[in-house]
Amino acid sequence: MTDIEQFRLQTREWLEANCPTSMRTPMPIDEMVWGGRNLSFVSEDQRLWFERMRDKGWFVPDWPVGYGGGGLDPQRLAVLESEMRRLRCRPPQINLGIWMLGPVLLEFGTEEQKRELLPPMARGEIRWCQGFSEPNAGSDLASLQTSAREDGDAFIINGTKIWTSYGNMSDWMYALVRTGPKEPKHAGISLIVLDMNSAGVNVEPIDLISGKSSFCQVFFDDVRVPKRQLIGELNGGWPLAKALLQHERRAMSKFSEISLPTHFDLLEYLRRYLPDASSPGEIALQQRAVSCLMEEHAFRLTHRRINETMRARQDASGLMAISKLVHSEQERDKFEVLLDVMGQRALGWSGDGFSERELALTNTWLNSFAQTIAGGSSEVQLNVIAKRVLGLPEAK
Amino acid sequence: MGLIYNEEQQQLQDSAREFLAARSPVAEQRRLRDEAVPEGFSLGIWKEMLELGWGGIAAPEQYGGLEFGFQGFGPVFEEIGRHLSSAPLLSSVVLSASLLESMGSEQQREKLIPELINGQRRLALALDEDCRFRPERVGLKARKDGDYYVLDGKKTWVVDGFGADGWLTVARLEDESLAIFLVDATVERVQVDHLNLVDSRNHAALTFDEVRLPAEAKLPGKDALLALETVLDRGTACLAAELLGMSESLFERTVDYLKTRVQFGVPIGSFQALQHRAARLYVDLQLARSAVLAAFECLNDPEASATERSSLVSLAKWKAGEMAHRVSNEAVQMHGGIGVTDELDVGLYLKRIRVVQVQLGDSDYHCERYAATLR
Ligand SMILES: Cc1cc2nc3c(=O)[nH]c(=O)nc-3n(C[C@H](O)[C@H](O)[C@H](O)COP(=O)(O)OP(=O)(O)OC[C@H]3O[C@@H](n4cnc5c(N)ncnc54)[C@H](O)[C@@H]3O)c2cc1C
Repeated sequence: MTDIEQFRLQTREWLEANCPTSMRTPMPIDEMVWGGRNLSFVSEDQRLWFERMRDKGWFVPDWPVGYGGGGLDPQRLAVLESEMRRLRCRPPQINLGIWMLGPVLLEFGTEEQKRELLPPMARGEIRWCQGFSEPNAGSDLASLQTSAREDGDAFIINGTKIWTSYGNMSDWMYALVRTGPKEPKHAGISLIVLDMNSAGVNVEPIDLISGKSSFCQVFFDDVRVPKRQLIGELNGGWPLAKALLQHERRAMSKFSEISLPTHFDLLEYLRRYLPDASSPGEIALQQRAVSCLMEEHAFRLTHRRINETMRARQDASGLMAISKLVHSEQERDKFEVLLDVMGQRALGWSGDGFSERELALTNTWLNSFAQTIAGGSSEVQLNVIAKRVLGLPEAK
Repeated sequence: MGLIYNEEQQQLQDSAREFLAARSPVAEQRRLRDEAVPEGFSLGIWKEMLELGWGGIAAPEQYGGLEFGFQGFGPVFEEIGRHLSSAPLLSSVVLSASLLESMGSEQQREKLIPELINGQRRLALALDEDCRFRPERVGLKARKDGDYYVLDGKKTWVVDGFGADGWLTVARLEDESLAIFLVDATVERVQVDHLNLVDSRNHAALTFDEVRLPAEAKLPGKDALLALETVLDRGTACLAAELLGMSESLFERTVDYLKTRVQFGVPIGSFQALQHRAARLYVDLQLARSAVLAAFECLNDPEASATERSSLVSLAKWKAGEMAHRVSNEAVQMHGGIGVTDELDVGLYLKRIRVVQVQLGDSDYHCERYAATLR
């Protein structure tokens, strides 16, 4: 038996013994475990699964053991991932730090920063949020204005970040700040990390069309951040931000894979609310719904194709570029159809007149609007496809 | 195979592309049309294709095939689409040889399959009777009369039916079940009319006026409808691959035009309104490619169930059809005035795409069929 087959067998055995059966079911959004100082679990199984994977270093199976990872090579990582898929194991925790900042730190951080920041991240002790967007810097991120002024061994931060997901529940933030006000706009940006408990940080959750949310505006009022918390070079933040956003796209596409099927399965709703379509209008609606399902099917296959393309070491960049756009638009389209299938039952806002699932559906539908904006709007995705994939010329 | 071509498929694609670019480019399609060649293809090029082994891609070795597996047709039909090439590969090999393989007697298989894959004989499938594809709605009657069968009725849209050596004809027996008859082109009382569609290919209408056939003309296999479904799935997947190839070529031409055509002092491809539309076509092309490859993967898998097969094949034809429709409409629009001229090849693609879109079932048909697999 080769080493790798041996590893597969051991991994399979370990997962079978250590992943509680209730952690092998599709994961509802509200049962995701986020690491951090305010860690909490909805069940004992969830806690066990979290702790066991943590102790193996398998929150980050491919990071070096010295930084709290599992030390697996790419081959073994692939084995672990495929065995977890086989058993349908839920991800034991979700953490932006691990997905986005971690890989950037591994590549660009100093040894001291890695030793300080990576192990708590790898153990799920610190929850991270992303402070990039500002009220006047969204799609055009590089026009950000939050300032970091040098003062002895620290930076003094002033300004505001907006749309910070889970800003009110996070422990640390990685943020883009302007350190070179006189430099050209891309050349005056730095990447820093800061503790959300620092004096002068204020976090205000924003009410969305879906209701209360954990998307926040964060205000900085003379916040002192030690200079050793600068990642990479002074004014060298832009390339790091781009690398980070690439990890974000990869993580998002992986995330959409593990969180599928969503708990609003169009087919199931079709069977329940439109069981025997008979009038021409109902039949047309049913066909529209089936078209939606077919588009989703084609997207799932495309996901598989991305994986196979990468495994074959062929270029998957074009396919990766369409992934976020297609997924977020298909979700939105699906809810539009669900609304038509369910009529007013999908429009309940609150109260006993509606089941919990119906209310959750309204909420998720309204949230689906955010998905075509967050993480690079659909229009920005189309720009990327047009320019980078198709090579169409820049506008003059 | 998976959702990307393996090495052998890649080689097949490369060699098909090289061959077709040299021997059957779009200009050849234009020549066939302008000279009104009634067969709609060139016999010489068809022979060359068969010499390359395309006829034997899926056929068992015992009948002279290569047993490469059905997956080999994916890249070949993609390239056929890309070059807008015409050949009776679908009608005579993918449909007819497959149908004989599942329904013919041992004697018929041993004699006819080798002849079909080496081109000595050419057969066409006579199934459609209506303008909308419904393979189970067969009205052509076959009445038993002593040792003979008598066929009476009409067939239409018989692909490559004109000039064929015979037609595998689907008929309804007196007990209402379906049967398939091998009707030799030499029998009397069959009238063949050429139907000239926008793609200038070979489509025929057949009229059977009390046609007497010997009993052995009826293929002896059981359950003709079931056999037909499998064979039609194969044909449908090939058409989806052809749509993909045509659309990809058309899309590449259009993107090139966006980069080179200058208006208002800039290439028109720098206008965001056009960029976004082009980007959306790219998205559709990718989704369609995934679906088409999944259909071929499934057809190649002996373990796949009939439900899986019809679900994936219908998904492929539906998605490829919807995508090709959009790509062809946009290709014309983005070329401006020159886009509606006969001089440009874009129109030839548009017209062929429309025909392939409806052949063996349009989007509505395949959406309905996919829906049936969800029950
Ligand atoms: C739910 C949610 C969570 C988020 N989480 C975070 C987070 O955790 N951290 C963080 O830093 N940010 C986060 N964001 C912010 C997100 O990245 C921005 O909202 C996004 O980049 C768009 O910026 P904007 O909202 O300022 O819109 P704008 O950029 O002002 O866009 C307005 C409209 O103009 C269009 N547009 C803009 N530029 C172009 C162009 N060049 N071509 C064509 N159309 C264009 C857009 O597509 C959009 O339709 C989140 C946003 C949402 C909605």
